[in-house]
Amino acid sequence: MNHVLEFEKPIVNLKEKIAELKSFTENSDIDLTAEIETLESRLSVLEDEIYGNLKPWNRVQMARHPMRPTSLDYIGKLFTDFIEFHGDRHFGDDEAIVAGIAYFKGEPVTVIGHQRGKDTKENIRRNFGMPHPEGYRKALRHMKQAEKFNRPIICFIDTKGAYPGKAAEERGQSEAIARNLMEMAGLTVPIVCIVIGEGGSGGALALGVGDHIHMLENSTYSVISPEGAAALLWKDSGQAQRAAETMKITSYDLKKLNVIDQIIPEPKGGAHRDLDQQSLYMEEVLKTSLESLSKLSNEELLEHRWEKYKQIGDYDLI
Amino acid sequence: MLKDLFSKRRKYASIPSEQSKMDVPEGLMQKCNGCNKIYYRKEMKKSLYVCPNCGHHHSMTAWERIDCLFDEGSFQEWDKGITSGNPLGFPEYEAKIAKDREKTELNEGVVTGKGMIDGISTAFAVMDSTFRMGSMGSAMGEKIARAIENAKEESLPFIIFTASGGARMQEGVLSLMQMAKTSIAIKRFSDKGGLMISVMTHPTTGGVSASFASIGDYNFAEPGALIGFAGRRIIEQTIREKLPDDFQTAEFQLKHGQLDKVIHRHDMKTTLFKLLEMHQNGGDKK
Repeated sequence: MNHVLEFEKPIVNLKEKIAELKSFTENSDIDLTAEIETLESRLSVLEDEIYGNLKPWNRVQMARHPMRPTSLDYIGKLFTDFIEFHGDRHFGDDEAIVAGIAYFKGEPVTVIGHQRGKDTKENIRRNFGMPHPEGYRKALRHMKQAEKFNRPIICFIDTKGAYPGKAAEERGQSEAIARNLMEMAGLTVPIVCIVIGEGGSGGALALGVGDHIHMLENSTYSVISPEGAAALLWKDSGQAQRAAETMKITSYDLKKLNVIDQIIPEPKGGAHRDLDQQSLYMEEVLKTSLESLSKLSNEELLEHRWEKYKQIGDYDLI
Repeated sequence: MLKDLFSKRRKYASIPSEQSKMDVPEGLMQKCNGCNKIYYRKEMKKSLYVCPNCGHHHSMTAWERIDCLFDEGSFQEWDKGITSGNPLGFPEYEAKIAKDREKTELNEGVVTGKGMIDGISTAFAVMDSTFRMGSMGSAMGEKIARAIENAKEESLPFIIFTASGGARMQEGVLSLMQMAKTSIAIKRFSDKGGLMISVMTHPTTGGVSASFASIGDYNFAEPGALIGFAGRRIIEQTIREKLPDDFQTAEFQLKHGQLDKVIHRHDMKTTLFKLLEMHQNGGDKK
């Protein structure tokens, strides 16, 4: 199996053993069916044990898994007739963000998402899913269009962060992100955001101001990467594992902190093990979200959005 | 031995280290960070911490800023009692806050309120980079959002002076969400016709630059202020290229179309007054 994570090794070893016994049984006179059954039930226990007790760092590894499905994978499963549109009409087309329209259960929706590449070549084209200002401006252009034609907006969040480059700064990375935050606040159509991989800082948030925010179970959402946090706080990027725990970045942490609405479960071993199953889980949540949001008037929608963000945070009074 | 005569030992002249050269008596004198000239602190204060020689703009505390902008006795503070908790249970965070509260006599890195600039009322938020580097956590986000809401309720303009290293790490994702919270507050205020002026002072970076600082109706900066999203070192490491000296300065941002104007501190009050005056009868779509 490709890309086995360290903590999954016992499972993989056991699976290999079972496969070995199975082929042995088939090709010889000795029947090992009973042993195989024992091992299989042990495998199931082991899987529950390992995948049921993932540490924050393990989830970071899952969120960054090279096989982890991307926005376009989910778009292909959740929607029909997706048409991608390009460009911000000012500077260029940033392929670190995909945007377009599609049908969700027969209704047209606007879909926007960060887009990583699947291999090195695609990653270079997509800048590893780290957008420039024109990416955010493209997204905003599509959001405004969704508002005009009264389509709900669905955003997939999956980025290490906005690209820290010279050209990005020159073209106003800060303004592009800030503008999206402000404009998303006022869009009179439902916005549902789903964090599917890494939600890295302002670059993630720029597609993340919505009415419902969901996270896949093994995704992360944070103000800074664990490595960045460790370097800043303890001057040692090697302490990333510790930072992953301290910074509270898992879906369970964010649910507890009241930042997200729902945790979307993942198939055993992560989203990449079963894209179909994962998409079904997402479809269910998305359907419920859009149904409940479609009942609100424009005023109610905006008021709820404000109330939602207004309550986020924790401070003392003296 | 003959060899000793040709000893390789060199004689060194002792020159004062950079550190000792820069040491000036604390309190009485102040060295300009721009030209290294030394001035009486009193003299610096009189020129609003702008170097009389080279024009370098030094940092000001929130209250120094408020004192030099508002008509005497007109400033009224809001939400003074809001201070940071420790929502993530982050090690040593409370101690750091306590230390900065003592050092700065502030409860948080921003002072909000309302006051008058040459007779015109305005709501106000002024950040203080001496309090945890002006970083934004829940308390700061709350204070700024409330100030904007108050401005909306009272139909006042809103002026913010930013000075911040970005999001406050110790509050994790809650800090990040303050960017959204403040931006939504601005949207609501703006939709009602409210006038927002952002003045970026040194430094305005990260999450603060990528939220309220960049979305005023007018975005200004003080000369020489560092303004940008990502840190210089991170960009240099990412693109493996040395960046120009003026990268991310106010002047650089002006050149690249990211600012309306760079305003000298001595002209700040008159410029803000003029702008407020020009908007007095506009806006407010109540």
